[in-house]
Amino acid sequence: MATTLDKVDVVTVGVGWTGGIIAAECAKENLKVVGLERGRERSTSDFSIVHDEYRYAIRYELMQDLSRETITFRNSRKQRALPMRQMGSFLIGEGLGGSGTHWNGQNWRFLPYDFEIKSMTEEKYGKNKLSADYTLQDWGITYDELEPYFMKFEKTAGISGEDKNPFWGKRSEDYPTPPMKKTPILQKFETAATNLGLSPFMMPSANLSEVYENPDGKTINACQYCGFCERFGCEYGAKSSPEVTVVPTAMDTGNFEVKFNANVVEILKEGDKVTGVRYVDTVTFEEFIQPAEVVVLTSYMMNNAKLLMVSNIGEQYDPETGRGTLGKNYAYQILPSASGFFDEQMNTFMGAGALGMTVDDFNGDNFDHSDLDFIHGASLSITQTGQRPILHNPIPPDTPSWGADFKKASIHNYTRALNVGGQGASMPHKENFMALDGTYKDIYGVPLLQLTYNFTDQDKALHAHLTERAAEIMQEMGAKTVVGGNPISDYDIVPYQTTHNTGGTIMGSSREDSVVNNYLQHWDAENLFVVGAGNFAHNGGYNPTGTVGALAYRCAEGIIKYSRDGGSLV
Amino acid sequence: MTKKEKNFSRRDFLKTSGVATGALIGGGLIGGLIGSNVGGNGSASTTAPPAATDGEQGGAGGVLGLQFFKNDAEFQILAQATERIFPEDDLGPGAIGLNVPYFIDRQLAGAYGENSKEYMQPPFYEGESTQGYQSRLKRNEMFRQGLQLMQAEAQSRFNANFVDLEGAQKDEILTAFQEDEIDMKGVSSLFFFRLLRQATLEGAYADPIYSGNANMEGWKMKGFPGHQPAYINEIESEEFQEIEPHSLGM
Repeated sequence: MATTLDKVDVVTVGVGWTGGIIAAECAKENLKVVGLERGRERSTSDFSIVHDEYRYAIRYELMQDLSRETITFRNSRKQRALPMRQMGSFLIGEGLGGSGTHWNGQNWRFLPYDFEIKSMTEEKYGKNKLSADYTLQDWGITYDELEPYFMKFEKTAGISGEDKNPFWGKRSEDYPTPPMKKTPILQKFETAATNLGLSPFMMPSANLSEVYENPDGKTINACQYCGFCERFGCEYGAKSSPEVTVVPTAMDTGNFEVKFNANVVEILKEGDKVTGVRYVDTVTFEEFIQPAEVVVLTSYMMNNAKLLMVSNIGEQYDPETGRGTLGKNYAYQILPSASGFFDEQMNTFMGAGALGMTVDDFNGDNFDHSDLDFIHGASLSITQTGQRPILHNPIPPDTPSWGADFKKASIHNYTRALNVGGQGASMPHKENFMALDGTYKDIYGVPLLQLTYNFTDQDKALHAHLTERAAEIMQEMGAKTVVGGNPISDYDIVPYQTTHNTGGTIMGSSREDSVVNNYLQHWDAENLFVVGAGNFAHNGGYNPTGTVGALAYRCAEGIIKYSRDGGSLV
Repeated sequence: MTKKEKNFSRRDFLKTSGVATGALIGGGLIGGLIGSNVGGNGSASTTAPPAATDGEQGGAGGVLGLQFFKNDAEFQILAQATERIFPEDDLGPGAIGLNVPYFIDRQLAGAYGENSKEYMQPPFYEGESTQGYQSRLKRNEMFRQGLQLMQAEAQSRFNANFVDLEGAQKDEILTAFQEDEIDMKGVSSLFFFRLLRQATLEGAYADPIYSGNANMEGWKMKGFPGHQPAYINEIESEEFQEIEPHSLGM
C-alpha cells in the first residue's frame, strides 16, 4: 500500500537542468516545489578526485545503473528488440544535476531555420525535397519567440562566447562572459577556415572564461582547463551545472525540497487532469504517492516518454497508420568528421569540454541544397577537450589495432592527431520511434522503453557531404594525413556516439501533431508539463542543452501562469 | 608531502606485520612473468615494476596478489596475451611491465567482472551485432573460458603451452580470436578479444591506484601527465609541454 504524502504545488520528476530551472523559477514565485530524484545528492565537493578516466569515463561512475533499468533496441520493426545490456552509444546520467553534471558545456541556440524547418524547406525547395516518410514539422514556436528564454538560460549559466557567427539568430544581448582562450590548436583551425572563406568563431561555452555571478546571485568559477569535463563533474564549480546554479537558487527560497532515491513509476490521472505521481524508494522499495497541483516531467527524454506510456497519457504513435504522437519523431545526431595526423606534438591532453572553434557555413540552410539530396547540415568544430589515454589511441589507416605497431603508432599520434567534427542534424522518419517493450522490465516491474531506430538516406547523404567539408578544413590545417570518417550504414548501439537523443514528446501547434503545446503543456492534461530534448520535432546541427534550457524557462513561465489562471495556455 | 610519508610508513607496517609474506608470493608470480619476458630485447629489468625487485609494492604502493584467478597457469596465459597486445619495446614497458595482468585480475574480481551495472535479466537472444552484448555470461566467465581456449588452441596447433609459444604463434592464436574463428560458448571470440584488448589498454593507462600503469610508465610513454590541477598557465603555449605525471593516489 502506497503512503500518500502532503500535496504540493509542483512536483518535478528528476532534478537536472530542466527540473532545477522549473524548481528555481516556481519556488521564487512562492510555489511549493518537490523534486523527485532517483539518484543521489552530490555537489562540487564530490568531484575533488575526479581526474580518473577509468572510473568516470570508462566505468561510467555518473551514469545510470543499467542493472536497474535500461531500454530495448532494434534497427527496424522486423527485428526483435533486445535490451541495451551495457552502455555504449549514449550515456544517460543519474543523480542530482543529471546529464547537466557530466556534459561538456557546449551551449548552442538552435537556428531560426530549425523551428520552422518544414515551412522554410517547402518554401525554398518545394514540397517534395524529402519524401513523405520524413515526418518533418515546425515546432509551434519561432526563434524570435524563444530568444528571451535562450538569453535567460545563458545568463543563468554565464555562457562564454562571442557574437561573431553571421549565420545564427539575432541575439538581444552579447554573451554574459567573454570567449575562452584561443589556443594554438584552435588557431590552426581558425586560420584554415578563414583561408577557405569560412567564418570561424569561438564555441559558446559553459566552462566559464572568468568568475561570474549570475542574476540569481550564484557564482560560477573560472575554468582551469584541466581537461576533464565530459563524463566528469567539475571540481572547481567552473562548469555551469544545475547543482551550482538553479538547484541552490531554488533551495534558497525555502520552497523547494529534493527527495532522493525516489524513482517515479507512474503519473496519476483522473479525468482531464493529473493528480500526482507514484514513486518507489530505491533503497527500501516502499511506495509513495506525491499529490501535486502540477506535475512536470523533467527526467531524460527517454524516461519522460516512458512515464507517459506506462501511465496511458496521450496516444502512442503507430508507424503503420501514422496515428498517435507519443514516441514519434525520435531523432539522434549525425557525426561527420575528419581526423588529421601532424608531425608536430601538440598539447592535446589540456583542454576544456567546450573549448573550441566552429563554422556554421554548412549548417541549417546556410548553404544551398538545391542540388543536394538532403536538407540541413552540421556545425563543424575543432574542440580541445583534453584527450585522455585509455580512450584516445589515434592510428593512421592500415595500422593494426593491437601489437607492436599499434603501440608505437597510438603513442606517437596521441599528441599529434586532431579532429574536425560535426554535430549533424537528424531528421525524423516514420520508422524511427519509441514505444513500450512487451517483454523486458525494470527492477520495479515497469516495462522498458523500446527504441526502433536506424540511419536514413538523408542521414547518409548529410554525413558524406559534411565529412568532405571537414576533410577540406583538416587538409588546410596542414595535416600530413587526412582521414574522413567512414560512411554510416546501420545504426549500432555499441560504440559511443553522442548523448543527444531527441523527440518522442514533441512540441507543436496542434494536438494532432504533437504531445505538448509551446509551453510544453500536455494537450490531454492541462496540469501536466513535459520538458526536455524530447520536445524537439527533429534534432538540429548543434548540441541540445542550450535549447533545452530555453524550453525549460519557457515551461516555467507557463507553469507559473497556469498556477495563477488555470486552463490551456495556448 | 605528508601524504607521501604516510604512504611509506604504511608500507613499513606491511613489511613488519607479516602481510609481506603474502606480498612475497605475489612477487614470485611477477618474477615468473618477468622471467618469461626477458630475452625479448633484454630491457625487461629497466621496465620491471618495483614489485619485481623488492617483492613488496604494486602500482599504487599496495601489495600485489591474485583476487580472481586461482592458479598461476591461467594468470600466465592472461599475462602473455596482454603482452602481445601491448608489448614491451624501445618506448618502454609492455603490459607485463605495467602490471596490466594484475589490473585485469582485480577488475575481474569486482564490479566489472561481475557485471554489476549491466542489465542481466532474461530472456537472452543472440540478436544483431548492432544490438550489442546479449550474452548471459559475466565478463569474468568470458575471460576464464577465453584463456582456457587459448591454451587449448596452443595445444592443438603447436602441441605446446600457450605461454611457451613464440611471439608469432601467440599472435596467430590471438588473431584467430579476433577473426571470430574460435568457437566459444555463450559469446563470440571476437567479443572476448575486444574485451581483452580494451582491458589491456585500460590497465596500461588507468591511474596506478588500480594496480596497472606501474610507476605511471604508461602515461610517461604517452606524454599524458595524469592528475594535474590545471593547465590554465600552459594551454596557450606553442611548445609541447612535458609535465611530470601525477597519480590521484600519490
